[in-house]
Amino acid sequence: MARARRDYDDIPGTYVFDGERHRMGYRLNMMCMSLNDPANREQFKTDEAGYCDRHGITPEQKKAVLERDWLELLRLGGNIYYIYKVAIIDGVSFQHVGGVMSGMTEEEFKQMMLDGGRNDG
Amino acid sequence: MAEVAYGVATSHTPSIGVAIDNDREEEPYWAPLFHGYEAGRKWIADAEPDVIILAYNDHASAFDLDLIPTFALGVADEFPIADEGYGPRDIPIVEGHSELAWHLAESLILDGFDMTICNHMPVDHGLTVPLSIMYGKPDRWPAKVIPLAVNVIQYPPPTGKRCWDLGQAIRRIVHDFDEDLKVAVFGTGGMSHQLQGERAGWVNTPFDKEFLDKLVDDPVALTRISHTRLLSDAGSEGIELVMWLIMRGALGRNVREVHRHYHVPASNTAAGLMILESEEHTAFL
Repeated sequence: MARARRDYDDIPGTYVFDGERHRMGYRLNMMCMSLNDPANREQFKTDEAGYCDRHGITPEQKKAVLERDWLELLRLGGNIYYIYKVAIIDGVSFQHVGGVMSGMTEEEFKQMMLDGGRNDG
Repeated sequence: MAEVAYGVATSHTPSIGVAIDNDREEEPYWAPLFHGYEAGRKWIADAEPDVIILAYNDHASAFDLDLIPTFALGVADEFPIADEGYGPRDIPIVEGHSELAWHLAESLILDGFDMTICNHMPVDHGLTVPLSIMYGKPDRWPAKVIPLAVNVIQYPPPTGKRCWDLGQAIRRIVHDFDEDLKVAVFGTGGMSHQLQGERAGWVNTPFDKEFLDKLVDDPVALTRISHTRLLSDAGSEGIELVMWLIMRGALGRNVREVHRHYHVPASNTAAGLMILESEEHTAFL
């Protein structure tokens, strides 16, 4: 079934975590939630693919986790605060992730923020 | 009797906490932000609130997608510091005020606000960074804290109008508590920012400055901003600003502005701080 249109769909480059995205992303986000536990973080680092399989996420979501395809994770129902827990394991910042999602290097992204942030989108 | 005397609105960006924890406040990147916090720290050392009712949002720490309370009130005597994926921040445990919290929970529910009541509630940067901004690095937090977790992560968050009404109810209910307490209400999060999508890094300084102006003298106008406009103008995570309206609703009609500070950036966020004192010594309605 097609996702019902919402007026916020017109906001460019923005993935509002509503009920429809929640339904798509429940298992993915709950897998990320489990990374709040240090023992689970170790398990994830040891065998990322197996960790994904044990949490029953879709093959598309698994591929996006393994490739750190942050935009694809948003499209597949990931919530930014949940999927960022994978970035924490990688030791990368929100500027890095923000840069990847918007097609910039981390340095370019940081400079944009120092210059007052993005205000043209 | 108890009284909501003070309001503090502040961003709660995690990297601000990291900067405080690692004594980086004077580094060139951070100094312009922290210099604007000095007046706030001086003010709170004099104001000395006994209790802080702190409206914040949990970021996948105490709550996950199995349980998403719109408004959750912490009634325990203490709240542990959450592990958000990095290990918990090395800061004092947060002490609650169980008696006032239960008074709030019972009275709010009877008043029509269907609060979720929480005992075990690890608190994350949404609650702890505002404490660090205002108090720095004490051995023990100088005030008791009643956590008021507001869902702003799962769409839809409560409306700005609902947050405003909740703040007004908090004002009345605190006033009915039979113990001399100076209470501060904190509204946290914001200001404009967007962490996700191709529009990550969004900042809207004109919107933020107007929001700060209206927070002082025309807050009702802010309660009419739709969620879609907040998402669009303040950014997908800027919608946290609804929590500032809980604070403002709790202060009554007339306030005195003590301090205002606005700085871009704190990592990916436009950081704001506003300190207000209530100028009314009776309940709002």
